[in-house]
Amino acid sequence: MSINEPHDPAVEIVDMAAVARAPLEPAIPATDRKSIKRELRRELFRTPSFIVGAVISLFWVACAVAPGIFTKWGESDFVRNSDGASIPRASPRADAWFGTDTIGQDVFARVIYGADNVLITSPIAALIAVLAGAVLGLVMGYFRGWADEILSRVLEAVLSLPVVLLAIMAVVTFGSTRLVLILTIATLFTPVVARTVRSAVLAEAQLDYVTSAKLRGEPALFIMLREIFPNISNILVVEFTVRVGYAIFTVATLSFLGFSVGSASDADWGRDISDTYSLIQAGQWWPAIFPALAIASLVIAINLIADSVDKVYSS
Amino acid sequence: MLRYIARRLALSLITLFLILLIVFSLTRVFPSEPARQLAGPFASEERVEQLTENLGLDDPLPTQFGRLVRDVVTLDFGESFSQPGVRVLDLIRPALWNSAKLVILSLLLVLPISIFGGIMAARKKDTLLDRSIVSFGLASASIPDFVSGVLLQFLIGVKLGWLPAVSNAPDDAGLLTGIKFILLPALAILFVYFGYIARITRAGAIGAFEADYTRTAYMKGMSSSKVIRKHVLRNALQPTVAVTGTQMGYLFGGLIGLEVVFNYNGLGGLIFRAATAPDFPLLQAAVLSVAIIFMLSTLAADLIIAWMNPRARLDLGDD
Amino acid sequence: MTATTATDTQLDRGDPTTAALSVDGLCLAYTVRGTPRAVLRGVTFQVRPGEAFGLVGESGCGKSTTAYAAMRYLPSNGKITAGRVLAGGLNVTDMSTKELQQFRASHAAMVYQDPVQAMNPTLRIGRQVAECFQILGFDKSESEDRALASLERVKIADPKSVMDRYPYQLSGGMLQRVVIAMGLAGDPQLLVLDEPTTGLDATVEAEVLDLVRDLREETQAAVLLIAHNLGVIRTMCDRVGVMYAGKMVEEASSEELFEEPRHPYTIGLMNAIPRLGLRKTDRALSTIPGNMPSIGTDLPTCVYVSRCPIATELCKTDVPPIVPLGEGRWTRCHHSDEVSSIEDPDALVPPYQVGKDRVVELNGVSKTFRQRGHDIPALVSVDLGFAEGETLGLVGESGSGKSTLAKTMLGVHGPDDGSEITLDGVPMKGLATERRDGAIRAIQMVFQNPDSALNRAWTVRRILTRTVTSLTPLKGAEADKQVEEIAEAMRLSPHHLDMRPRQLSGGLKQRVAIARAFAGDPRVVVCDEPTSALDVSVQAAILNLLANVQHDERTSYLFITHDIGVVRYLADRIAVMYVGRIMEKGFTEDIFNGPVHPYTEALLSAVPNVDGMASTRIPLQGDIPSPADPPPGCVFHTRCQYAIPGTCDVELPPDVEVGPQHIIRCHLPLEELPTPVTVSISEKS
Repeated sequence: MSINEPHDPAVEIVDMAAVARAPLEPAIPATDRKSIKRELRRELFRTPSFIVGAVISLFWVACAVAPGIFTKWGESDFVRNSDGASIPRASPRADAWFGTDTIGQDVFARVIYGADNVLITSPIAALIAVLAGAVLGLVMGYFRGWADEILSRVLEAVLSLPVVLLAIMAVVTFGSTRLVLILTIATLFTPVVARTVRSAVLAEAQLDYVTSAKLRGEPALFIMLREIFPNISNILVVEFTVRVGYAIFTVATLSFLGFSVGSASDADWGRDISDTYSLIQAGQWWPAIFPALAIASLVIAINLIADSVDKVYSS
Repeated sequence: MLRYIARRLALSLITLFLILLIVFSLTRVFPSEPARQLAGPFASEERVEQLTENLGLDDPLPTQFGRLVRDVVTLDFGESFSQPGVRVLDLIRPALWNSAKLVILSLLLVLPISIFGGIMAARKKDTLLDRSIVSFGLASASIPDFVSGVLLQFLIGVKLGWLPAVSNAPDDAGLLTGIKFILLPALAILFVYFGYIARITRAGAIGAFEADYTRTAYMKGMSSSKVIRKHVLRNALQPTVAVTGTQMGYLFGGLIGLEVVFNYNGLGGLIFRAATAPDFPLLQAAVLSVAIIFMLSTLAADLIIAWMNPRARLDLGDD
Repeated sequence: MTATTATDTQLDRGDPTTAALSVDGLCLAYTVRGTPRAVLRGVTFQVRPGEAFGLVGESGCGKSTTAYAAMRYLPSNGKITAGRVLAGGLNVTDMSTKELQQFRASHAAMVYQDPVQAMNPTLRIGRQVAECFQILGFDKSESEDRALASLERVKIADPKSVMDRYPYQLSGGMLQRVVIAMGLAGDPQLLVLDEPTTGLDATVEAEVLDLVRDLREETQAAVLLIAHNLGVIRTMCDRVGVMYAGKMVEEASSEELFEEPRHPYTIGLMNAIPRLGLRKTDRALSTIPGNMPSIGTDLPTCVYVSRCPIATELCKTDVPPIVPLGEGRWTRCHHSDEVSSIEDPDALVPPYQVGKDRVVELNGVSKTFRQRGHDIPALVSVDLGFAEGETLGLVGESGSGKSTLAKTMLGVHGPDDGSEITLDGVPMKGLATERRDGAIRAIQMVFQNPDSALNRAWTVRRILTRTVTSLTPLKGAEADKQVEEIAEAMRLSPHHLDMRPRQLSGGLKQRVAIARAFAGDPRVVVCDEPTSALDVSVQAAILNLLANVQHDERTSYLFITHDIGVVRYLADRIAVMYVGRIMEKGFTEDIFNGPVHPYTEALLSAVPNVDGMASTRIPLQGDIPSPADPPPGCVFHTRCQYAIPGTCDVELPPDVEVGPQHIIRCHLPLEELPTPVTVSISEKS
């Protein structure tokens, strides 16, 4: 939910509690299990929440890529009736399923066209954050010492402030271009990822295979990348999906507050809401509510995917 | 214990210093010139220069930073740029109080409901009830605060008319009226947080239910409700406390969207306006307030956890 | 499966309604992903009032499940599918919830494997013990008084202060006493103990077992004891049942079972443990090929048929009958009279000469850790050496420094200044990362826990290949060949090479770990409790393997273990550690024959003996001192019954040579040193 949360500290604390369930199976004989990865992937694709999330997400991706398929009106087109006049603020009707907004543009079209703004910045920002966070987390968790202490202080400083605030300040300072947005969000999410990765790396570094690697004289870089990293990669996958959700959240909030990418006439969910939410009180709910529902559906979909990935890969 | 608090506070000061540095750097990189904004679009060049000098904005950066540190230490943040003559503290105080009111009401709603939901879900793990709670929580937590704010405003404020759609309570409003006016944004916060808190509580409760000490309690012949009350709760709620502590920063200073939708004068909106003005003294002071609240709440959370779990006290320097 | 119930009732066990515990045809299943998997396949036995009954078996056989079923504690996915449990006439399987609570509060009690986890970390000890009395109906202050009395009953030192403490402040042994105190609250007629001393040090274990024995005599309660340590079972139980794959295969009195087992599985178990002073030069340990069938496997006939050395066609088609062998004694086998034909394995290794020169020497090695401002001397001036092809056994309890010694030798920690570790006479750098390649290659390690020691993300082939390419000059195809040769030497089949560790059983994983240790042709291999986590039969195979490889490669071993039988079997020389110091070192037989250091004597006498020798136990007063705060003079003097006041508490004891390469660090003159009481094959005819 919140932009600030340090992804599931509950996992750290809960794992220490002993699980009193009786063991389900004794030693697994060598022949019984085949390719576990393939099995996991198959299980993932069968999980209902994953399917729902994937379908919805893919729908929005399709909207971002080829919006023309879904609607005949362009984002800046005006809905006109038979004699050519535009019809502002019309409630939902046959040729404008979601109605029209204050100046007569088709809300449905704007919802469809508005998908790309959110969907381009969020995954890229999330990806950068995950990669940067992984590097930081590995270094901090493996080497410990004063590098860890200093970096922890810095991370804590960044984490103590709400993301939206710092994002606003950055955008005001550097301008609201796509690049600024991506880099800002990536920078703001890196500490959270780094912290999660760090605690995973701490746990791994205590295991004996790391000691064994040191006893072979392996250099630190090898141990971090080839020994430890493969064991935390599933955490990174989950973090990525979760961060995409929060990135969408942040981008939408920023555009709602007036910091959106692109020209004023471009369809953008957050900005459209901010332009039209005051109409709600007058009874014209559709120009604001439909984009709101669009945001909600996309983030829910991403979170369903994140949750199902988490469930399948941590069992 | 006292040693721990002292050590934590000392470390917090370092972090606060870093935050100050970050905020300061960001503001000084602004391309805009506050003096020009203040002076107005028709002011002459000399007027702007004069103002710049008055505000001390042409001094070397380290001097300006030093001045900021002094202001922080003496708690005198001077006057606002955007509202000349108005002391920064006088602007922050009402916003802080408003945010506090909202936070308190929200916590009173969120915590009992979410904790109860989480424990129920854990008890009936993998049943329909559990899956519904988790799915619902997942869905509602995904929605940005301003989105659920807008939806609630529409449904309950306008269509049904049960609650005022905008949070502008009259100044002399009593407690109940005051609550009515901020109930909608509090409900939006409930939506956002229910899923998160319920899931963390659920995870903690599952861990406690499956722990050996719970088995021991059952083996002593204790009834289920007693086991939950006396053994499970104390252990299950620790992650919840930790997480609630870390969210305070967001609850005080991050609800900008919600404050805009409901026209509520809270700390988040204040920071937003200060950032866009730009109003450096106000911005610095407001951001600092949020950071201090975060520090204090995480410290409080850690202390509560230490009270709940004696073993955590080991890390705190108790021998 | 129903046929066995018929044969079960043919046995006359006594009236189940008067038994302290009567398990009758109990079938239990876990539901995993929708399908029920059988765990218990019709278990029947009785525990008469006042009797101590032991259940033995390897992991997965269902003994713990049976114990919990006796208290009707099932995991959320468990269900009793048939049979019933009676305790003192009460039908436990059919009770209502309220009756079950009463049953658990006052009729039966349980002691758990892990006392640390069994206590709530957030509540004080006093409160948790008083709770038991509150459940019985006493008010708060009365409950506290009784709780204090309970703690006194279990002989906890300073019970009043213990009441105020939290679990994390007590040691494992003390916590187990607290758990026992809680169990006794309701004056139970049945005490169920699930591996109560696994994980406790030998001396602590002995005290806890003594306590249980005393309490048993005092209360005349019946005891159901689950353990995989056969020594514990022998010393504590009157009668024993052997379980395999969810079924009981043999039942007899303790003495009968250990002296004259009549089921092929029991015989396999007995021959797999080093008993009666067995040494590796006498014979190999018996192993049982294969694995126990997993939960839920369909086993229509004899459960043991796939691994039995005397199985015939009959065993695959017909359910084996219960063959009564006397009062309260039976076995479940078609060929119970042919069990004597199961042969002992051959001699393991022809005796070979241990080399003369020392491969690795530790001179004055110390290691001090800094923690929160305190100095903790984990190792104090250790002198030790290994000859080529020799096994040096290292024994000692928690805090003795065995692991630290191993890690310092390996170079995981750097030793303190003034320490010297030499390889072939040449001093080595402290940290492994600073040593030259030859030195790194020369000393390798087999870890205790193969799950932690093998990288779960790598295949076995990669684990071995990487070791070969890192430690030897071999690359490419040559390295691959070396990997295959090692795998074969460790009896890993080629398809194991392409698997990941989680697909392998515990024994196989440990083989991989051993293969990895040997992949670089080391001179010395440190084995840190390599078989502690393994079942007895698997342990036997690993020990055989280690002995064989040593013979072929002439590698030296530093073998760390807490199992006295194993160390006697495998080690050529033994060193005994206490609080970071070596108290005694010498040839194995010299140590077991005596004279020995007083601590060694106590240690040897504390070990529960599988061979039924009634050894006089030397009780050790007090706890093991913390390394951070060692007693002055001789570190052992606070617990030593021979301590000489004025000498042992003041002066450091000298290293006295009492025989060829047999050194004892003690003030006592030679003639006053104790002799341990043990038994060897030559004495028993």
